[in-house]
Amino acid sequence: MIDPVIASRLQFALTTAVHIIFPAISMGLAPFLVYFAYKEMRGAGEPWVSLRRFWVKIFALTFVVGTVTGIVLEFEFGTNFAAYASAVGGIFGGPLATEGLMAFMLESTFLGILLFGKERVGRRMYFLSAFLVALGSWLSAVWILIANSWMQLPRGFEMGTRAGQEVAVIVDPVAAYLNPRFFYMFTHMQASAVLAAALFMGGIAMYKLTTTDTRRRFWKTSLKLAIVGMLLTAPFMAVQGDSYTRHVYETQPQKFAAMEAVYDTESSVPEYILAFPTDVTELRDPSSRQLFKIGIPGGASFLASGGDPTATIQGLDDMESLQGVEGEPPVAVVFWSFRAMVGLGVWFIVLALWAGFRWYQDRLLDDKYLRRGLMYSIPLGVLAIEFGWMVTEVGRQPWAIQEVLTVADGVSQGLTGGEALLTLLGFVLGYALLLGLWIYLVRRLIIRGPKPSQSADTEVTPE
Amino acid sequence: MMALAAGPTWFGVPLIELWFVALFLTLAMFLWLDGTNFGMGVLYGLSGDHETRERILTALAPLWDGAEVWLVVFGGALFAVFPDVYGGLFSGYYLLMFAILGALIIRGISPEFLEQRDDQAWRRAWSITFVLGSTLAPFFLGMFAANWLVGATSTITLPGIVVGLALVALTTAEGTGFLGMKTAEGLDDSTKLYGQIAQVAYLVLAVVTVAYLHVAVEGMGSKTVHPFVLALVGLTAILGLAYIYLLRADYYRPAFIVSGIQLFGLVALVAVLLFPVIYPVTGLTVFEAAVSTLQLKMMTVVLAIFLPLVLLYFAVLYSSFAGPAEPAEGY
Repeated sequence: MIDPVIASRLQFALTTAVHIIFPAISMGLAPFLVYFAYKEMRGAGEPWVSLRRFWVKIFALTFVVGTVTGIVLEFEFGTNFAAYASAVGGIFGGPLATEGLMAFMLESTFLGILLFGKERVGRRMYFLSAFLVALGSWLSAVWILIANSWMQLPRGFEMGTRAGQEVAVIVDPVAAYLNPRFFYMFTHMQASAVLAAALFMGGIAMYKLTTTDTRRRFWKTSLKLAIVGMLLTAPFMAVQGDSYTRHVYETQPQKFAAMEAVYDTESSVPEYILAFPTDVTELRDPSSRQLFKIGIPGGASFLASGGDPTATIQGLDDMESLQGVEGEPPVAVVFWSFRAMVGLGVWFIVLALWAGFRWYQDRLLDDKYLRRGLMYSIPLGVLAIEFGWMVTEVGRQPWAIQEVLTVADGVSQGLTGGEALLTLLGFVLGYALLLGLWIYLVRRLIIRGPKPSQSADTEVTPE
Repeated sequence: MMALAAGPTWFGVPLIELWFVALFLTLAMFLWLDGTNFGMGVLYGLSGDHETRERILTALAPLWDGAEVWLVVFGGALFAVFPDVYGGLFSGYYLLMFAILGALIIRGISPEFLEQRDDQAWRRAWSITFVLGSTLAPFFLGMFAANWLVGATSTITLPGIVVGLALVALTTAEGTGFLGMKTAEGLDDSTKLYGQIAQVAYLVLAVVTVAYLHVAVEGMGSKTVHPFVLALVGLTAILGLAYIYLLRADYYRPAFIVSGIQLFGLVALVAVLLFPVIYPVTGLTVFEAAVSTLQLKMMTVVLAIFLPLVLLYFAVLYSSFAGPAEPAEGY
């Protein structure tokens, strides 16, 4: 039977990877919805009423799937990682409970009003509901990332005992919860969520403008707002991502070495853009000598040190954090995920500037290649987030809490391979179905498009 | 009551006892609020009437997501304050936890997906999963609570099944009262009959549960005859009879409130029978299982600030959607 550790790893990886799609889109759409609701409250009429109504529908479907898949994650720390829960619950559990009380409660209650309460509350209360849903979804990210950043950079605790077990006990809440990593992660995640939602919205709008003649003003507004979102976030992410990576190099050298596939401590490490194995046995080490590769001399050293192309980078084989534990990060996954994420990020900058330029020329819809570029990029922002999370989470393997607790030691003691395999297979099937249904229903809403405005208190603008 | 071990206090408040109460309070809030939605889901399955079914969907649409978050808070609080219990229970009843999650997933997505298309086959399919999720969720949750209480080392146990059925019955009774509040012209006789049958079934199953605990579960013999427990059982019986009277007389709101008190009584019963133990499988007490005093204090600050706010959000939500629901209402 399968090893419960492997099955639990795979299950957690699958359930998080599917879950993050939904909060990424809903958190990213949230500021746009607040803006639409604001315009509607101020009596701006069309297309704002239709924009609010249509994008709230997409948001609702996404949010609901995000809710049900999110509860699974919270439960899995208990079901599959009970030893982890015992060892670090005294620190890690707090932010999760706080997330529920402070953030999730706020967004889920006011979501009810946002979705169904238009006719039941006043216009100010309706706008306030939209704002509180958005606020709640962003506060959720705060607490989840406070918890996650502590896994990457555990601080503010000491080891003690509880009920005969050795556990982490919090001693300095400020160090533990206001971890420097948190600020990098939160900025990175929220900007990427807005970017992903902008790419999603902009691509959909371009698709509709290309394929139909109805509601052009509605779709043009969606497209232009999406381009604004892209222009605000895509170039920013390059700058912020650069300093984030340098912070990772300084505080979690193991992850940086995995990102760059550096095994031996070396100076003047090149930044490999492409690296292909010529031999399958070398697959685990994408930058090994046997490979065909294209690199920028001194690039990785330059990026890590912030300007010195000859800087020394500590290799995985010399990494203290990997001495005396079993396993090392699956370097190829981290190396390629990082390149995929950065590559997509570069493309988003190009796309944002290109679209901005065409808009400035007032030829936004005339460029065939821009149209295609936007349409093909609908899912790419979310994909980049997936790659980014793979770098973050796979790069700290075999640790669950960096240098404190390994994933293998965190798995529930009594869990059998059979049980773990059964639920893993259930999730593979169930989540494939769930994701398929979500895509199908969102696609259907998009193909049908927004309904003509019918509300008595809003002007109907024939287009 | 057993002699209390001394836990840390803060401004005179015993922190561990406070969190034990808070934990069961969040569980009760979840079972009360979302139980109402589960109960309406059961009625959806029992009712053949198109208008009633549409009304049920309209009534629960804005409410279920918020209600479900009480379960998230329960899980989070257990994780934060009694992490060994959280890990022990959730991994101990591994498949049951995923059964609960599965039921909650299909209960949550079904009504949302159902509304997306008009054709019959689509709507029928999501109706079936909706009823299935609404029925199985309270059943599995009841199993979980009973297994926890008796310290079961296997998942399928007699008390688990009895309490599971009891919870399905009680949530159906609650759902009937709530649906009555949502129906301008009052409930039809068959729906009222379902509510009464559910209430009678609950009373029988509740008495069976307490009798079983008294006779068959080690250490429960003396706890179950404690005056407070007997008073709870007596109160539940009186409230059950009151519920039947109120429902027959079309006093839906009082009937809903009465069944809600019964639910809080059921959760209180579990809590009282457990205390001071919180994990009967190993006999771990709340005082042994609680996290550090610093963490307890921080969580208490969070609770003191946000619990009143959360109750305010729910007051706003439920008052916004107060009164009868029209079957065709939606966004």
